[in-house]
Amino acid sequence: MRRRRTLWPYALTSIVLFFGLWQGVVSAGLVSNFVLPSPVEVLDRLWTMANRPFAGFLIQEHLASSFLRFFYGFALAAIIGIPVGLAMGRFRLFEEFFTPLFESYRYIAPLAWVPFAALWFGTGIGGPIMVIFTGAFAPCVLNAYRGAQLVDRYLIEAAQTHGAGEFRIAREVLLPGALPSIVAGLRVSAGLGWQSLIGAELIVVSSGIGYVLVVGQQNLSPDIVMASMLVIGLTGLVIDYLLRFAEARVRAKWGAA
Amino acid sequence: MVATTESSSAGRRRLRLPRQLLIGLATVVLMLALWYMLTTSLGVIDPNRFPSPGQFFAALEQMMTTGYAGGNLIDHLLRSLVLVVSGFLVAVAVGVPLGFAMGYDKRAEAFFNPIFLLLRPIPPLAWIPLAIVWLGITDASKMLVIFVSAFVPSVINTFTGVRNVNRTLVEAAQVHGATRGRLIREVYFPDALPLIFTGLRLSLQASWTTLVAAELVGAFLGLGRVLSTAYRDINTAMILLAMVVIAIAGALTTQALGIVERRLIKWRTGP
Repeated sequence: MRRRRTLWPYALTSIVLFFGLWQGVVSAGLVSNFVLPSPVEVLDRLWTMANRPFAGFLIQEHLASSFLRFFYGFALAAIIGIPVGLAMGRFRLFEEFFTPLFESYRYIAPLAWVPFAALWFGTGIGGPIMVIFTGAFAPCVLNAYRGAQLVDRYLIEAAQTHGAGEFRIAREVLLPGALPSIVAGLRVSAGLGWQSLIGAELIVVSSGIGYVLVVGQQNLSPDIVMASMLVIGLTGLVIDYLLRFAEARVRAKWGAA
Repeated sequence: MVATTESSSAGRRRLRLPRQLLIGLATVVLMLALWYMLTTSLGVIDPNRFPSPGQFFAALEQMMTTGYAGGNLIDHLLRSLVLVVSGFLVAVAVGVPLGFAMGYDKRAEAFFNPIFLLLRPIPPLAWIPLAIVWLGITDASKMLVIFVSAFVPSVINTFTGVRNVNRTLVEAAQVHGATRGRLIREVYFPDALPLIFTGLRLSLQASWTTLVAAELVGAFLGLGRVLSTAYRDINTAMILLAMVVIAIAGALTTQALGIVERRLIKWRTGP
């Protein structure tokens, strides 16, 4: 309690300084509006973009199309990545077969997949989904794999002696045991996937919130760019918050990772 | 109980290593054979979708000799490497001390954390357009975005490492009259070192991702420039080559960081 009372002035000072300096520098005319708009101008621009279409759509429509792509890519990464990770933790041969492939894939920056993604699946919805997938896949696999390794061998053997098939073992022993680790991995995945989507939209796609960034850049309008950055950051926070909530629920039910 | 499991797993390890290596090699050979079959002997895959091994090596040869997209392999690789390493180093030089200060002093944490919380949710790639508006398609704008992306992991992990420093060690040093400088140099820093390096590895990875994206958006030279030119030319062999080079460069820089880490840890635990 005492600690908090002595520390809040520092936090307040920093916030006031940050926005005060930003607004002050702009108001005093030290930098041009074409370089740095004031915080108020950024919010004002955001309000305008929410009411008047920019680059073809309202900002919330751009955001919706980005989010839909993100959701598909992320879901695909989870649906494929988690079983692969569990299988790597369960079967040695599969682990040894898959590890070299996985290790070499991990060193390729997700955005380097953009050209192939665009050539194979187009720049509409397929290509971006593939880029999100490549960004979000690794943590899904890795955490399911680690989680499966943490599962007690005896539990698996006990299930086997009672005649459980591989599918039942996976569903009733491996998955619950690995769940805390998996959910933690999903949070990392979501962050990387969201960031990969923005990258894909910057480069090849012509709709979505990342595209708004590009158009803002081409118009030399930092207010548009910064307003979209705000929206992107807030969306990322919301996604992270939802998964954090899921993580807390899973931990409460299944124990810590 | 613990001892037996450890020794048995060590025994299994010794047996496993050649097996693992063999299966790993078999995987690679299998994939290469599959690649050759699908593209060359059977011709199921259209070269406009994925190159054959022959096209890949032709691209490699072209890249080594006449070059592509404004330079040969060494030009592109060097440009990208220099940008990644310099952006990374600047970020580390600012981020590690800042994270250190935030972990060491609660007042520094209270001061810097709010700004950090405001800026952190914005993905580094979203800074690329702003960097271009400010600095144009220059090396400076790329260094700015690399800085932004490499900065966050080095601050956070240094902060966590210093905050979770072994209290007993700190108190023992204080009891023996260690000055603040010695405390930082000989207790805080060595104890936080593993986590600092975890942060640096993440920073380095983020640097490569960001650089590739930034070069794809706009560049005159560099591996991302090769990717974007090859995409426009629908030259799949060049795309694959650039991806392979990016992966190798990323792996090599990570290895180099690992060597620095081992050196530093040896030095701090040495006589």
